[in-house]
This record gives sequence, structure tokens and C-alpha cells, in this order.
Amino acid sequence: MTVDVAKLIDAVSARVISHAEELTALDSAIGDADHGLNMKRGFEAVLADKDNIAAKPLPEALRAVGMTLVMKVGGASGPLYGTLFMTLGKELPAEPGLAELAKAMRASVEAIKQRGKAEVGNKTMLDVLGPLTERLAKPPVSFEDLRIVAKQSAEKTVPMKAIRGRASFLGERSVGHMDPGARSSELIVDAVCDVLEGKS
Amino acid sequence: MSDKVGIVIVSHSPDVARGAADMVRQMVGNEVPLGFCGGNPDGGLGTSVEKIMKAIDEAWSERGVAILVDLGGAETNSEMAIEMLPPERQGKVVVCNAPIVEGAVMAATEAWGGASLEDVRRTAEELSPQ
Repeated sequence: MTVDVAKLIDAVSARVISHAEELTALDSAIGDADHGLNMKRGFEAVLADKDNIAAKPLPEALRAVGMTLVMKVGGASGPLYGTLFMTLGKELPAEPGLAELAKAMRASVEAIKQRGKAEVGNKTMLDVLGPLTERLAKPPVSFEDLRIVAKQSAEKTVPMKAIRGRASFLGERSVGHMDPGARSSELIVDAVCDVLEGKS
Repeated sequence: MSDKVGIVIVSHSPDVARGAADMVRQMVGNEVPLGFCGGNPDGGLGTSVEKIMKAIDEAWSERGVAILVDLGGAETNSEMAIEMLPPERQGKVVVCNAPIVEGAVMAATEAWGGASLEDVRRTAEELSPQ
């Protein structure tokens, strides 16, 4: 498929920025209350560089988005989301198909595990991106399937106990709150699906 | 170029980073190459890969650089910063699993005595519960 990078940047940035307060509220329950602000800062920087990034072929554009997040986010989510986009950029061809996307997501999930020293089930963004990757590898798959997997997976982090990150200091007290990183991953997946499906 | 291992202090707070660096300077002196940074790219609480890379550069020594961090994001961002260094420098920088203030002072003391990067790191990490 051909991907409109400018539209992707618009949609994902708008979704993250408009949910910044919600993400920060989730993070104030179990983390250090900066996830929304950090993600907003990162995606505002991506948005500011949109024309330059969108002029590049998809792989280079994804790497540029990742690098911008690494430099601008200011929290652990910078390198973590940066690793996601940079790995996708490294793995994807200019016009990827579903199988290539599944393979690239698998590589990205592995890279994020290493970067964050985390596994699926630790109450992190991996609890959305992991199941999403599993679903991608089992065609046929619709964009609605992916949106549902992302949403349900984020909800499943509510009863989990945090093992990694600032929330792990809380131990049992992290139970009962959705993980902010899982929620931001869900938002990004949802926005990407909308663009790829032609909804926005 | 110093013949001593360099020390970098990375805190979420610019004040904590500066304070820890002041303690190193007063207790160990000026012979150990020292860099420090704190705050996100807007200056609020957090860490910045760009600032960490600059601090590593300031503390650069061919003997290597040991980084002391406070909370998770500082560690993740420091590891990212190391990966973005020129390849010949990447293997000479380590993040220590140690308390930031005590670790910085102990690591700098060890570095001042001419210890290797591995020994500097081990000394700092002895402060962490196993």
C-alpha cells in the first residue's frame, strides 16, 4: 500500500496531543505524571517538521519521526517510541504490504523489549503492541480488528501489576489503573488505522 | 585529554545534577572530567538525549565515561544517547546501577585514583543492594 506520510503525521500528532491531559492523568495515578506532556512535546516537534519529514520515502520518514521523538520527548517514552518508529523505518519497504508490516512490527516489539528491558505482561506499551503484532501475523485482518485488539489490550493492563518503569515502585498499588504507555500506543494504532483505511 | 575516567551525572532535575556535580568537585577536585545535565528539552523535570550526549562529550576521556542516573527515564535516555555516539566511543561509556549522588562521588574518587572504567563502575555499583 502507498502511505501518505503527511496525513499520518497529522492524524497521529492530533490524536496524541488532544489526549495529552488524559495520558498525564493516567500517569499521575501510577507514574510521574509526565507522559501526556512528554508525548505532546514530541509530536509537536514532529508536526513542526512535517513538510521535511513527509518529503522523504516512508522508511526515512519513519526514522526521522523516531529520531525526533528520541530527542524531544524528554522521558523514557522518547527512546521507547523512538525505537518503535526507527525500527519500522529500518524494516519496512517504501510501499509495504500486510506481511511486511507484521514482520516489521515483530522486529520493533523485540527492539522495544530490549530498550525497556521489559516483556509483554509487565504493564507497558508492549501489552498493546505485542498482541497487535500477533494479530497482524494472522490474516485475514481488517483495520477494525486491529483497532479492537489495541483497545482491548490497553484495557487488559488495568488489572496488571507493573514490573518495569516508575510504576513498578508502586507494586500492588499499580493494579487498577490503565498503563499510560499502553493507552498512548492504543491511540496511535487507532489513528494510524484511520489513515490507512481512508477515514482521516 | 585526561588520563582519568570521566563521570557524567544525569538527573531528572537540573538542580540535583548540579548539586551532585558540586559535591564531586568539592570532594574529589577538578582532575576528573565531569559532565552533568538535568531536565527535559523544555527545561522541566525529565531528561534529554541531546543534553546527555553533550555531557558525555564534556566529560570525554579515552579511558571511558561512567554515567550515574536517577530514575528510569534517565537510564533509558542515557542508553539511547550512548547508542547515538560515534561507534568508536560507544564501547567506552557505561551506565552504572548505583545511587546518583553517592555513586557519583564514589565513582569520581575511584576515577581520580586512575582506575579503569570497569573498576569505576564496580565501585559505584557496590553501593546498590544486590
